[in-house]
Amino acid sequence: MAAEGPDLARRRFLTATTAVVGGVGGIMLAVPFIKMWLPSERAKAAGAPVEIDLSKLEAGQLLIQPWRGRPVYVFKRTEQMLETLAPEEPRLKDKDSKLSEQPAYASGRDRAIKPDVMVLLGVCTHLGCGPKLYAEPSPQDFDSAWKGGFFCPCHNSRFDLAGRVYSGSPAATNLTVPPYSYIDGDKKLLIGVDPTAGAA
Amino acid sequence: MADERTPANFPGVAGGVLNWVDQRLPVVDFWNKHIGQYYAPKNFNVFYFFGSLAMLVLVNQIVTGIWLAMHYKPSAAEAFASVEFIMRDVEWGWLVRYMHSTGASFFFIVVYLHMFRALLYGSYQKPRELIWVLGMFIYLALMAEAFLGYVLPWGNMSLWGAQVIISLFGAVPIIGFELTEWIRGDFVVGDATINRFFSLHVVALPIAILGLVVIHLAALHEVGSNNPDGIDIKKLKGPDGIPKDGIPFHPYYTVKDIWGASVFLLLFFFVIFFAPHFGGLFLEWDNFAIADPMVTPAHIKPVWYFTPYYAMLRAIPDKLSGVVIMGAAVMILFLVPWLDRSPVRSMRYRPTIAKVALTVFVVSFLTLGYLGMQPGSTVQTIIAQVFTFLYFAFFILMPFWSTMGKFKPVPERVTTHD
Repeated sequence: MAAEGPDLARRRFLTATTAVVGGVGGIMLAVPFIKMWLPSERAKAAGAPVEIDLSKLEAGQLLIQPWRGRPVYVFKRTEQMLETLAPEEPRLKDKDSKLSEQPAYASGRDRAIKPDVMVLLGVCTHLGCGPKLYAEPSPQDFDSAWKGGFFCPCHNSRFDLAGRVYSGSPAATNLTVPPYSYIDGDKKLLIGVDPTAGAA
Repeated sequence: MADERTPANFPGVAGGVLNWVDQRLPVVDFWNKHIGQYYAPKNFNVFYFFGSLAMLVLVNQIVTGIWLAMHYKPSAAEAFASVEFIMRDVEWGWLVRYMHSTGASFFFIVVYLHMFRALLYGSYQKPRELIWVLGMFIYLALMAEAFLGYVLPWGNMSLWGAQVIISLFGAVPIIGFELTEWIRGDFVVGDATINRFFSLHVVALPIAILGLVVIHLAALHEVGSNNPDGIDIKKLKGPDGIPKDGIPFHPYYTVKDIWGASVFLLLFFFVIFFAPHFGGLFLEWDNFAIADPMVTPAHIKPVWYFTPYYAMLRAIPDKLSGVVIMGAAVMILFLVPWLDRSPVRSMRYRPTIAKVALTVFVVSFLTLGYLGMQPGSTVQTIIAQVFTFLYFAFFILMPFWSTMGKFKPVPERVTTHD
């Protein structure tokens, strides 16, 4: 047992096991410190997805529901309204929504999962005012060839019925489409949750 | 062993106290190694003020920061009002706050000139590569510190600046979105964000910066200072073993640096008293309105010291590539000691092509800085793309241009000796 000189193999083994056990302990200790940065339960509750019941939404009607402190617009479009989207494209700034924010599943011309239900953040991409819905195609003070859409009264930004911004508006990008999905057999919308993934 | 060192032997009562301390803590050794017998080249010019000035500003930021933290409230509900409270109601609060906010901008002015000095005189070349690398880490920590501090007043640009910068991390593949949430601590930039940014700004990063400054200086004093001629003064020593072109840091450079500090403070306090906002460059107008998640400022831009990188970010039409380019623009600076193959350190003895290259780099950096403050029209974006290209060309082509041309002979001793 008490041999002369140090037992190097034993010393190396002890050094290695101390380092491994200490390293594992260090990694485990890091977990609470990293996780403490995640949204708290209070923040999660305040930012939870919201449900919107579509069963009573009539064509041409706009529903406004707050989500994470911002208004979400849900708007039911008719066939005639959807037909205005394509011919108006030469007058749009970002017709393909390349510069704008929307989930990949709502990046087409109608910017929606189902063409008849438009979901938008009701925050003007210029200075954050609330755009107003002027759904009917009729000449307006701000646009004599108005085909229907959203108009921001603060600085006259104009958007079509898919929230796409018209040229000549101070806003640079289209209205933002938040992440959303259908639940309950398409009778309800869930704002803040992608159709495939979890909460966004 | 400690007892092999000859302890100090000063006369008198005060000397006795010093001797007692020195037997237990090597204060005299430390003084001599770093100040009293630290031999620096005698030909330092105006560019050599900026190291000591950076330390002066760091002390200013720490002291004013401690005092500001006595009155500041790190919460989304109270932060903006507490800064107004400091400005209006706290005795001398306006002065200390302007010393801190102006100090931030002056820190970057000083650090950029300090870095330019290194590029000009090859101060990063062997054996000073590690000094440069450590300096780069200080620069990174300083950028993080400045960004975090910018968010604390909780003005509208604080909020939206944080929104934009944090969303840059969203460009990271796969974990991007979760990463932004982890940084914010909420789904929006809010109370959790400002609270943690305060903690990082006043505790974590100042400790990191101080530690890095200590080892930056330790590395410098190990190999010795470079000089405008790029000459190795340790090669030519007198019979006393002291470099012929070296003079002790104290009193020569302490006195010189005090003079430099005086001129610096004159400019510094002129700005504090007469132009603390500096035309919206040091304190942005949009930040005098409280943070409002419903109202985006018309034109979001960072403070001037980040605008060169911001211009590059906007010049690239794709988000991920833009973030990568912006990150690479900073990171490529780390490689300078190994990209430069020049046999000569100082620009004084390097060929015209090296001078042209450095000029192109400086012009690119300044132009990008200007463009980063502008709204970013189509023409400006194209110009920004050109200068982004030139910025990177300077570094990527450095191994080639740094060896080209006809080098002038480097003198044996500094040009202004004796």
